Amino acid sequence: MAINVKVLDRPVEDVSYVKATLKGMGLTLRHLVNPHKVTVQYPEEKWQISPRWRGTHRMLTTETGKAKCVACGLCPTVCPANCIKLVPGEDEEGNRYPLIFEIDEFRCIFCGYCQEVCPEEAIHVGRHYENAEYSRAGFVYDLERLTAQTHPVCEMWDPDDPKGE
Amino acid sequence: MIPHSLLLQAANPQLPPAGGGTFVIFTVVKMIAVFTVYMIGVALLTLAERKISAWIQDRHGPNRVGPGGIGQPFADGLKNFMKEETYPEAAYKPLFILAPILSFIPALTTWCVIPFASPLPTRWGRMDMVVADLPVGFLFILAISSLGVYGIVLAGWASNNKYALLGGLRSSAQMISYEISLGMSTIPVLLLAGNVTLNSIITQQAYGGWNVVNLTLAFFIFLVAAFAETNRLPFDFPEAESELIAGYHTEYSAMKFSLFFIAEYANMVTASALMVTLFFGGWDVPFTARDNIGPFSGWLTLLSLVIFAAKLLFFLFFFMWIRWTLPRFRYDQLMSLGWKIMLPLALAYIIVIAGVILVLETAGIGPGAMYSSIMGVVNIVIVMVVFTILDHGRIISPAYGRLESVRLARLRAVAARSPLATGVSR
Repeated sequence: MAINVKVLDRPVEDVSYVKATLKGMGLTLRHLVNPHKVTVQYPEEKWQISPRWRGTHRMLTTETGKAKCVACGLCPTVCPANCIKLVPGEDEEGNRYPLIFEIDEFRCIFCGYCQEVCPEEAIHVGRHYENAEYSRAGFVYDLERLTAQTHPVCEMWDPDDPKGE
Repeated sequence: MIPHSLLLQAANPQLPPAGGGTFVIFTVVKMIAVFTVYMIGVALLTLAERKISAWIQDRHGPNRVGPGGIGQPFADGLKNFMKEETYPEAAYKPLFILAPILSFIPALTTWCVIPFASPLPTRWGRMDMVVADLPVGFLFILAISSLGVYGIVLAGWASNNKYALLGGLRSSAQMISYEISLGMSTIPVLLLAGNVTLNSIITQQAYGGWNVVNLTLAFFIFLVAAFAETNRLPFDFPEAESELIAGYHTEYSAMKFSLFFIAEYANMVTASALMVTLFFGGWDVPFTARDNIGPFSGWLTLLSLVIFAAKLLFFLFFFMWIRWTLPRFRYDQLMSLGWKIMLPLALAYIIVIAGVILVLETAGIGPGAMYSSIMGVVNIVIVMVVFTILDHGRIISPAYGRLESVRLARLRAVAARSPLATGVSR
């Protein structure tokens, strides 16, 4: 026997099964003849993602096609998920450049700190979400892959323009 | 050499064929045609169900296979053929295999006595547009359609799965409860027609008006019982996904599951066809009274076929419409609706209608305008009484129905003090 069940009085005087059924059928019929279809037909149509969307990374390049990164080491330091692996190198002129720059997109939490902290505006999180791979290893993006990405990059939140106007 | 005149001898197109050979050939042709159309129709119904459910829920529904998703049923069929058949280790295999067959065959068999068009005159004699014109037509349907439950019960038992068994149990209880009101609700129809062949029921309606006009309450009871008989929402207790996983077909896979699925839709088609035949004049073309006595013609056959299909499709749509509108009842509500409301209502209705017919006959009023209008007036009164007075201010088997009155009063007192009722938050 139910002990702690609250039994509230229903307004029995107004109950009518037939009326309620007809009312419900009217509602479903209205939706049937005039559906508010909001489904996006995905592969053909794509959802407009926000300019502040933070997806898989992209490394911007200079005019000569080299990565803008100067291997300062700020992004692996700030990264809360510890997913950036950076080995700095130095060329004959004393310019630092990354020997190895790898981002494990599985570890990444897409916080966008790397983009915010980068002094050279080299590493960016991108407006992109189609990331399927056949292997886990495929999700470790190396420098070559990061520079080869072409998708638009994220516009970070600007405190002076909080609504993005 | 057999003279061909023995097999297909020319005959009067307006009369039934004389030779037995012609009859056999006619029957085989009709069987093949009806079976083909029926199976394709059932396949398309699964698509229609998904499409309608999608539209009602503001979605698109399947639209990838062929234009508008028209190839979806065939893709599903192919998938089910290719899938692995799994047998639970503890299942009783013979019955496990027999069950889908047992639910599939009666679903198909019932269709064969339903007349779907006016007779077609051919040069070898008149072809009745019904696969088997049984003299006991309606009784045959009642007998065979109740066999379908064996498939479900056996599936539930042979699966050796508690959910499947519960589904089977519920199915049998539900079928028994609603079979009675289903049968009872059709007795007024048979009283009016004075016969149990479906053809004479159609003929009676062509002259005396559709039964839905004269016997609305019988139609309503039949409709509700038909939903329960075909295990469609709001009475889909044998399946009850939220409670029983998939009920009786939890353990079934591939084509065996598909057979249950086809059987459900086939039952739906048969129930719709029965409603059309018993209450909506069958293939009778509306507003004409002359179309079921000769002379018949091919055009009339086509027209009546289209009319029948239109009525049938409306009811199939109605089944789906209801399914995506109403939630499932609670089990005790189902039982209480069946035994405490539907059955007494059907019994009382038989007595009233039989009384009216007796009075009319002793008064010497035969079938005609007077007869129909009296039936109509009686019907309006009954509908008013049932749908406004009986349906008003009542809850079928409320949740507190099983509490003792003392306990209920105490609970209500607690509830009245609760913040929910007083509107004061603590």
